[in-house]
Amino acid sequence: MISGERIDASVAVTGMNATDNPAPGVAVARALRHDPRFAGKIIGLGYDALDPGFYSDGLLDGGAMLPYPSAGREALRERLHWAREALGIDVLVPTLDSELRALVALAPELQAEGIHTFLPTLESIERASKVQLPRLADGGAVPIPPSEAIMSVEAIPRLAARFGLPIVVKGVYYGATVAPTEADAVAAFHRFAAQWGLPVIVQKFVRGEEYNVSALGDGRGNTVGAVAMRKMMITDKGKGWCGVAIENPELLRLTEALIGELRWRGPLEVELLSESRTGTAYVIEINPRFPAWIYLSAGAGLNLPYYAVRLALGLPLPSAMPRYRAGTLFVRISVDQIADLSTYAQLAAMGSLRPAASPAS
Amino acid sequence: MDIEIPRLRELAMSDSGFVFDPMTGHTFTVNPSGLVLLRLLKQGTEIGQLCEHLAREFEVGLGEDLARDVQDFIMQLRECELIK
Repeated sequence: MISGERIDASVAVTGMNATDNPAPGVAVARALRHDPRFAGKIIGLGYDALDPGFYSDGLLDGGAMLPYPSAGREALRERLHWAREALGIDVLVPTLDSELRALVALAPELQAEGIHTFLPTLESIERASKVQLPRLADGGAVPIPPSEAIMSVEAIPRLAARFGLPIVVKGVYYGATVAPTEADAVAAFHRFAAQWGLPVIVQKFVRGEEYNVSALGDGRGNTVGAVAMRKMMITDKGKGWCGVAIENPELLRLTEALIGELRWRGPLEVELLSESRTGTAYVIEINPRFPAWIYLSAGAGLNLPYYAVRLALGLPLPSAMPRYRAGTLFVRISVDQIADLSTYAQLAAMGSLRPAASPAS
Repeated sequence: MDIEIPRLRELAMSDSGFVFDPMTGHTFTVNPSGLVLLRLLKQGTEIGQLCEHLAREFEVGLGEDLARDVQDFIMQLRECELIK
């Protein structure tokens, strides 16, 4: 280890909910825990006493429950203040879309209390949102399939005629479906509107292969690091169950262009689609956080969560970032963790977890 | 016949015939003669000489069957966009 690479800080990570639709928190925590340069503590933050990450042997040095986002920003601020006092938190790495806006707004207060973050601006989060994303294509730097956010189902026939069938219908926060007919598109509109509210996004269907890139922006338009991946197996919820790191210059170039355009600060995931017919790559979605597969970045040699923590602490980055190894796989697994009832009792009754004598090694 | 092989040059191949395309993440397997062909193409061997190499390597005759098999293989590589 080169002198100065060591991090000895206490890092809180949200999103301990590692189910079949996993939050990224456990992956971020593992990336830190398994990095020999990380000598600090990891505090897991979650919303349910049964979030599986709390029970992962050797992963966490402590944990705490957070109030649901619906409880409001003040409740979150108070809880984080408590966690800072009780558990010691130097850095906070949020991993859920739903908590990001509140934490961006709270970031100056948190910083004043000694909780460092490295987050995008509210403006860049908005510009990267599903609704605003198509506007990024206007400048020409980032190709995005033609899309429109609609408030009424009456727009569907017009868009079906304009884009051709099939068309893609997306919920404003989550979910997407390929509708082969107008009737399917109408049904999908109602489903997403009921589930996530309006608008619903309608997008031209591009036949091709999907890829994902996770990256870290420095907030000045530069990409600190990026890892590209192709899912090799997906679940019935469309989540990657295994994948392989790839080295595709075009995908990385597009990600860098996006980070440059948005002056993105912090982690993000870019979902891309390479059109079969033309080979053109399109950006189809941006997630303003690390993805659940981010442990692959550590496994492949470019540990993005480690560098995110360095940035949050204001520590320098290496002059040349390491290259990651294309061909590195991740294969997810479901295992039953055995836990003592006292762990659940602490979380359920006290809302926090403070392992007694044996901190994680 | 001229071919361009930039993608082919990037392929990672194991002795067992397992091939990984780092650009797309696709994997596939080839039989021993396919592996020899891929390695020859990667080295820049011209298509016209492939049959001779194969005939020597596998001790088979330089007949129409061999030429057709090589052409079929080249076509599959084109379909996979590994060569142009």
